[in-house]
Amino acid sequence: MSEEIIKAEGLTKVFNKHLTAVDHVSFSVKKGEIFGFLGPNGAGKTTTINMLITVLKPTEGKASILDFEIAKQDNNVRNVIGVVPQEYTADEDLTGIENVLLCADLYGIPRNIARERALDLLKLVELTDFKDKRVQTYSGGMRRRLELACGLINRPKVLFLDEPTLGLDVQTRAATWDYIKKLKKEFAMTLFMTTHYLEEADALCDRIAIIDHGKIVVVGRPEELKHSLGGDLITLAIKENEDVSELIQKVEHVKEVRKEDGAYRIKAAVGEITAPFIIEALRKKGYTVTRLSMTEPTLNEVYLEYTGKSMRDAEESRENVVTRRMAMRRARQ
Amino acid sequence: MSETNGNSKSKLHGLWALTNRELKKWYKAPIIFVLSIIQPILWMGMLGKAMNIGAIFSGTQITFPQINPPLTPQQLLQLSQFFGKLQSNLMQSAFSTTDYFSFMSVGMISFTALFTTMFSGMSVVWDRRLGFLNKALSTPVSRAVIVFSKVLSAALRSMFQAGIIIVIAVAFGLQFGANFTPVNILGVFAIMFLICMGLSSLFITITIRSTRIETPMAVVNLINLPLMFASNAFFPTKFMPDWLQTIAKFNPLTYTTDAVRQLLIFSTDYAQLALDFVYVGIFGVVVATVGIVLSWRFLSK
Repeated sequence: MSEEIIKAEGLTKVFNKHLTAVDHVSFSVKKGEIFGFLGPNGAGKTTTINMLITVLKPTEGKASILDFEIAKQDNNVRNVIGVVPQEYTADEDLTGIENVLLCADLYGIPRNIARERALDLLKLVELTDFKDKRVQTYSGGMRRRLELACGLINRPKVLFLDEPTLGLDVQTRAATWDYIKKLKKEFAMTLFMTTHYLEEADALCDRIAIIDHGKIVVVGRPEELKHSLGGDLITLAIKENEDVSELIQKVEHVKEVRKEDGAYRIKAAVGEITAPFIIEALRKKGYTVTRLSMTEPTLNEVYLEYTGKSMRDAEESRENVVTRRMAMRRARQ
Repeated sequence: MSETNGNSKSKLHGLWALTNRELKKWYKAPIIFVLSIIQPILWMGMLGKAMNIGAIFSGTQITFPQINPPLTPQQLLQLSQFFGKLQSNLMQSAFSTTDYFSFMSVGMISFTALFTTMFSGMSVVWDRRLGFLNKALSTPVSRAVIVFSKVLSAALRSMFQAGIIIVIAVAFGLQFGANFTPVNILGVFAIMFLICMGLSSLFITITIRSTRIETPMAVVNLINLPLMFASNAFFPTKFMPDWLQTIAKFNPLTYTTDAVRQLLIFSTDYAQLALDFVYVGIFGVVVATVGIVLSWRFLSK
């Protein structure tokens, strides 16, 4: 078994002969890592996942999971993967355990083994007390956890998570991240996930690929990507009303200065070292620094850098908005 | 992992699991279950008892016009008997039975097949919208099994309802045919299974591509009532205009209804019954095969 669990080469999906949802995407996912696809809605994340989980056939290119070709050996692929879809797919009329057992049946797992596993998994996601309650009565976070349990029933080597915290509130989202981390550790799996939440990619993923308009624009570890921007962000304000941008620009290690709302946003390689020099330079000219703060760049800056637009401004496709609204409506119940 | 062995066994496993999922929604929801029993009672009450076609021909309801010279009581009795006989002869010739309620309540059975199977198309759309379809597609369960589970659950539901209808109809005065035996009931289930297989596959094939619930609704509304009334379910085809008779002649529901009538209320014509079974059987198998192959190809695009 090779170290590269998922390999994709030039993976492409064209809908209706002209709508290119995924455009020659190539990447590989190493054993045991959490690999994230980060991009706005409509960027092609779900289409990529649907190709990898053998629901859609690629128009062009190929990909393999554990050396099984997704297009040719689809049944082998299906046996080694687990899928946690974006939507809440659990049947509302059935109870939690019935849903998990239904998933087990789809994998042809014998009943006695399935029941044992289902109980274990439900315990793991802390749904044991609710296992005989109908899913209708579950909260959004509980439904998400139930989906996780369903996705793990066949002891997958690779788990696919499509927008695992879509429509959840902040606390539930953080709790869900903990479950995902716990499960990954418990089962020693490789995870492939998509998200359009920057914090989520930052908190969970070992490596991320930023995808925009069906193309991967950059791949790397979140830290790496943030550092690749060239350092920290210093925000500073002075008492005087003059523009000192040029003066700051001349300080060593300062890469970029922008004046925003009466404060200066300064990009510098190593903030801790550069900041004192800036203060020094300003004081020499008789300016008084009234405020100074320093932040490390976030993925939003990374995103901005590579796609030319802020994550939040990115346009959402109509269909995704609709499905998201649906998912959220159900999450809220 | 490694549950790849026992392939055929796991196929049945998946088929039953998915079928049971559909059935559970029905039998675990008491309201839906009760409604599905009440519905045929209502229809039988409305159509079978309210449209009391037999009474129209009944001599006792008519006051005879005055004739000069007035009829003697003897003649009046003869006349009344004449009309009574005429009524049962008319009914016999029109409906092949003297009781319209028997005729109609059996027609209800094919009506049920039509209205139960139409939901199988809609449930595919629901599964797509809720993401369940994609989830099922990512598991090793066969594409054909996913489609066939819908067909099977619709067939099982219809068969159950057919049973209920027979019980209710008997309670309300269904008159069995001369050579009826309880074994005939099994024949009713068999023909129901065949017709439901065909109809359900038909509805699934029509709707499998649609992502909106409105599409199957529109299709079903367009197809169902014409199919229903261009058949012999409520009224014998021989009194229909020629063009409608032609449609009815090809309508598998006509054959289904006839088969059920042959089995339950007519004095069975075995040649006709065999023809009914062959026709409905071919319809069921051919449409199901085409439907499942098309859906399978569409699902593994």
